Amino acid sequence: MYKKTIAELAKGLRSGAFSSQELTQTYLNRIRQHQSLNCFITVTEEQAMAAAITADKRLATGDAALLTGIPLAQKDIFCTQGVKTSCGSKMLDNFIAPYNATVIEKFNAAGAVMLGKLNMDEFAMGSSNETSFYGPVQNPWDTTCVPGGSSGGSAAAMAAHLAAGVTGTDTGGSIRQPAALCGITGLKPTYGRVSRYGMIAYASSLDQGGPMTRSSEDAAIILQTMAGFDPKDSTSSEQAVPDYSVGLNNSLQGLKIGLPKEFFTADLNSDMAATIETAINEYKKLGAEVVEITMPHLKMAIPAYYIIAPAECSANLSRYDGVRFGYRCKDPVDLTDLYTRSRGEAFGAEVKRRILIGTYALSAGYYDAYYLKAQKIRRLITDDFTKAFTEVDVIMGPVTPSTAFAIGEKSNDPIQMYLSDIYTIAINLAGVPAMSIPAGFVNNKPVGLQIIGNYFSEARLLNVAHRYQQVTDWHQRTPKGFE
Amino acid sequence: MSLTAHDVQKIAHLARLGINAEDIDAYANSLSGILDLVAEMNTLDTEQTSPMAHPLNQVQRLRADVITEVNQREHFQALAPQIEAGLYLVPKVIE
Repeated sequence: MYKKTIAELAKGLRSGAFSSQELTQTYLNRIRQHQSLNCFITVTEEQAMAAAITADKRLATGDAALLTGIPLAQKDIFCTQGVKTSCGSKMLDNFIAPYNATVIEKFNAAGAVMLGKLNMDEFAMGSSNETSFYGPVQNPWDTTCVPGGSSGGSAAAMAAHLAAGVTGTDTGGSIRQPAALCGITGLKPTYGRVSRYGMIAYASSLDQGGPMTRSSEDAAIILQTMAGFDPKDSTSSEQAVPDYSVGLNNSLQGLKIGLPKEFFTADLNSDMAATIETAINEYKKLGAEVVEITMPHLKMAIPAYYIIAPAECSANLSRYDGVRFGYRCKDPVDLTDLYTRSRGEAFGAEVKRRILIGTYALSAGYYDAYYLKAQKIRRLITDDFTKAFTEVDVIMGPVTPSTAFAIGEKSNDPIQMYLSDIYTIAINLAGVPAMSIPAGFVNNKPVGLQIIGNYFSEARLLNVAHRYQQVTDWHQRTPKGFE
Repeated sequence: MSLTAHDVQKIAHLARLGINAEDIDAYANSLSGILDLVAEMNTLDTEQTSPMAHPLNQVQRLRADVITEVNQREHFQALAPQIEAGLYLVPKVIE
């Protein structure tokens, strides 16, 4: 039953084919069996079984939501009351969240079961899950390879069938890149669509939570619960949430797909390019029309991002001071020593690197040259998207320049690591939604197809992804050893 | 653009971030690499472009000035490394 989609599981729970308790126990057993993948930072076995009992009662009375009794797992960036919320960092290794993120409240209200908290790059800064204080996560397709990041534990857990659905967050590609490398479906919603309240901040103008699932149909179900206005998040959108499942089967006849020529350059591995082309051809068969477009400022996305994100991170992470919560160094001699040593001892190398770059970019005399310049480029990149969406309905391209790389291969070279997000970062700068869906394999490792839409077009993206998943079975493949 | 070890120490101080002495050169090196990467921004003329701070161009929402939070001092202070009589303790700052 662990291989079923959420829609199928919901049916099974209602028909009495199995109970939420049985289902939850099945996933908990699998989590234990595949511990070596290192997907979970915390497994909440007792709470999960208690939630399953409550869910079974709710299902019996007929007062159930679609997610009632469905075992999910949460990226360890979402605050969960009474449960350790580490954000992958030594800084928060002792942090038992005193409240729930809005997203968690919504899942709880729906009666979903939480299996545990998923491994991730420290403070979501990384593209390989190697910066986690809790160690790297293995990719189920090839356990010598990274699962991508920062939502690496989320993607690997989905690929290995350790949960029915999971959450991730995406600041520069952290849902889509791991989804691509692990062969699952991931959706980064429009900025402001999903509440950021209780989602530990990295770069606040870019961070966005979203679903990572087996299929587009499941992503629609989870997004339905996650999305919506939240007065507790000052950047939450007040726009009404549509029904994401109702239009999944809409025809793609006449859909206009734009292929930015800047996505298909020598940076893209030729086998990857061929796989993407095959996927695009499938869309042509479904009635779509394909046009080449140009987005001249896409190549500036990485430089602009590596000023904007670190600048925001340096401000956000200043709250970790060793005074109110989190790690504190031993025997500080004075207040400066307390701050400096607590932060120095508890943050990992990549987090420190980004705090330093951000602090430098915001420091007196450099603001205009770096931060302001990056914000202007952000405008140009956004204008490229706005213009493109006057010509086409969706934009398609690769998610990553190559398939999953080996653990350790890029961990000592930050620039090489940054370049693995070359196709995903511009989307965050613009704030538009985008998906990654499985589109094939190169050397037995999954390849993701990226589908990008205009602001608040999640329903259309899910429809475009779903139709492809009706005529292909890439999203149903399971890695060897995890059947 | 290349940063010296001295620059790194200065930035680390601004960020109140402890860096081990033996790691400073490595940071100087990798930070310089990142600055070279971002220097590519300078190849674009942005004289006429207005900066974009936020994706949704929305104004900051205001709410009625009423108390929405209840006092949870003990609940929150349970997480603190060191407290006394409801106060957070830090090393002495005034002699």
